[in-house]
Amino acid sequence: MSKAVCFMTKNFGKYDVKSIGSYMAIGGFNALKKAVNMTGEEIASTLATAKIKGRGGAGYDMGKKWSQAKSVIADNKVVVCNADEGEPCTFKDRTLIEHDPFNLIEGMIIAGYTVDAQNGYIYLREEYSHLRPLILDAIKQAKTYGFLGENILGKGFNYNIHLYSGAGAYVCGEGTALVESIEGKSGRPRMKPPFIKQCGLYNLPTCVNNVESLSLVSSILLDDEKKYLTYGTEGSVGTKLVSVGGNVKNPGVFEIPFGVTVRDIVYGLAGGIVDDNEIKLIQFGGASGKIATKSILDTPYTYEDLRKDGVGVGSGAILVVDERTSVIDFLRTTQEFFSHESCGQCTPCREGNRHIKLLLKKVAESTHTTADLASMRKIAKIMAMSSLCGLGETAQSALVSAMKNFEEAFQIK
Amino acid sequence: MAFGTNDKVLTKELAKQIDLILFAHDNDGSKLVGILLDIQEVIPNHYIPTEVAYYLADKLDVKITTIYDCITFYSSISDKPRAKYPIQVCNSIVCKINHNDNLFETLKELLNIDLNETTYDGRFTLESVACFGGCDVAPAVRVNGKVYGHLTTKEKIADMLNELI
Ligand SMILES: Cc1cc2nc3c(=O)[nH]c(=O)nc-3n(C[C@H](O)[C@H](O)[C@H](O)COP(=O)(O)O)c2cc1C
Ligand code: SF4
Repeated sequence: MSKAVCFMTKNFGKYDVKSIGSYMAIGGFNALKKAVNMTGEEIASTLATAKIKGRGGAGYDMGKKWSQAKSVIADNKVVVCNADEGEPCTFKDRTLIEHDPFNLIEGMIIAGYTVDAQNGYIYLREEYSHLRPLILDAIKQAKTYGFLGENILGKGFNYNIHLYSGAGAYVCGEGTALVESIEGKSGRPRMKPPFIKQCGLYNLPTCVNNVESLSLVSSILLDDEKKYLTYGTEGSVGTKLVSVGGNVKNPGVFEIPFGVTVRDIVYGLAGGIVDDNEIKLIQFGGASGKIATKSILDTPYTYEDLRKDGVGVGSGAILVVDERTSVIDFLRTTQEFFSHESCGQCTPCREGNRHIKLLLKKVAESTHTTADLASMRKIAKIMAMSSLCGLGETAQSALVSAMKNFEEAFQIK
Repeated sequence: MAFGTNDKVLTKELAKQIDLILFAHDNDGSKLVGILLDIQEVIPNHYIPTEVAYYLADKLDVKITTIYDCITFYSSISDKPRAKYPIQVCNSIVCKINHNDNLFETLKELLNIDLNETTYDGRFTLESVACFGGCDVAPAVRVNGKVYGHLTTKEKIADMLNELI
């Protein structure tokens, strides 16, 4: 029996993604029509009731974010859709845009209406440049139909959506780096405060959400029967897109209700391991996520249960690595990624990544000492505590969890 | 205009193309990243020559340092000429555990070049890049915006190359 469900993916394959008419024929823009007869506070509280946590990785309460954004007093505000999707093994946002672009546009318009923004910006990673024509065309059609532009649905609401491209920098997924990049600069994170919710893109109050978060909005607003609330567990309501990859037979994106076990996902939906190999490790949430042994297979996939087992949902990526790869090789590849992607602006991250890379090389060559292991722990801790942005803070998550869960890989020979 | 460089890539036609791109971006210097990407696409060797960088600084009234800050910061923007078909092989973890080493080696062998080199005829460059989200079809490459996946055998890799030319 398949454990996958269709709540936010219900439109997949149901309409012609190039035609707004075909989207409207299946109920497209009904959520927006409903939204404009609600107040921003009501919309934010509907999201809060559904307990939606942001799907970009940090898991911030979405209803709260929108109500805070609404309450900021300013003449001009902006909404940003974070489509930078840079975490390795994460490809759910790509899938959402490919199969349901108008739903994202609709979610962004509702976001703009809710928080009183005049402009929305989609920041699409360069790696997804093939999706640009699709998005641009969707924006154009929405404008023609009066869902964008002046006086939308006769409610005096003016709003436009703009598409911006990234250029191959993982750090630009971080909110302040993202807005720097849209402003035509290199994407180095800003000092905080001020937080972008007060002073972000073009110094305006900025509400940033992930593609999946925004793609959920329409379905939630139209969910009169509260079907969404019947999925999941008490602590993790609803459904989530996971992207499963690595050494699995059937890699892909699946919408799961929170609470199915990791085994259901890996062996059920993703078809198990290639050549029926044994699992060496599973990483949750992308390269910045922690790793676990296969003992996690029977843990329910929820925020609370994963946290209890020392990992997290993060971006929704589930990377399964089989016994053919060693833990240290795995960590070195991850480290290579962060060493390359660190913007180099702050010392803990720039130097920390460099040192950990050298130390991991020693571990791989079995020439490391007890002091080296202690250094690794210390550097990882300093990075987590004192880096300027989330990249440096989480770059060593995999390493720290590996030192705990795979002690034998670090044994001194 | 060339500011001490010898490359004469900025022909009248190219300048016209660039002006059109700038127009499409409202001649707005704050849209620099997108502008650089679009220009790079129309230049046959997919890079931003020095002349062009200075031309942009002039046209957009942006400091040349800002332009080079972007060119050097972003992986997808290059200031060095590349081939007509830059082959970007994913070096991230999902492709790695799906044997991208075989992909790298086979490409080197078939093209007779090393990493970051260009074939003698200027058609292919071999590049190593971070995850581009082709994890469901790993191991994968990306060439001029298009992803080619499941490149597990020499035949499939050769087919991919043949499809390009
Ligand atoms: C280094 C770094 C990279 C990030 N990359 C992304 C990304 O690619 N996509 C994304 O939605 N959020 C990313 N985030 C998280 C965002 O900063 C932000 O929390 C998120 O977009 C907010 O949207 P949400 O509340 O809907 O999750 C990243 C954060 C950091 C620190
Ligand atoms: S933590 Fe790393 S990526 Fe973030 S600002 Fe510092 S150097 Fe840059």
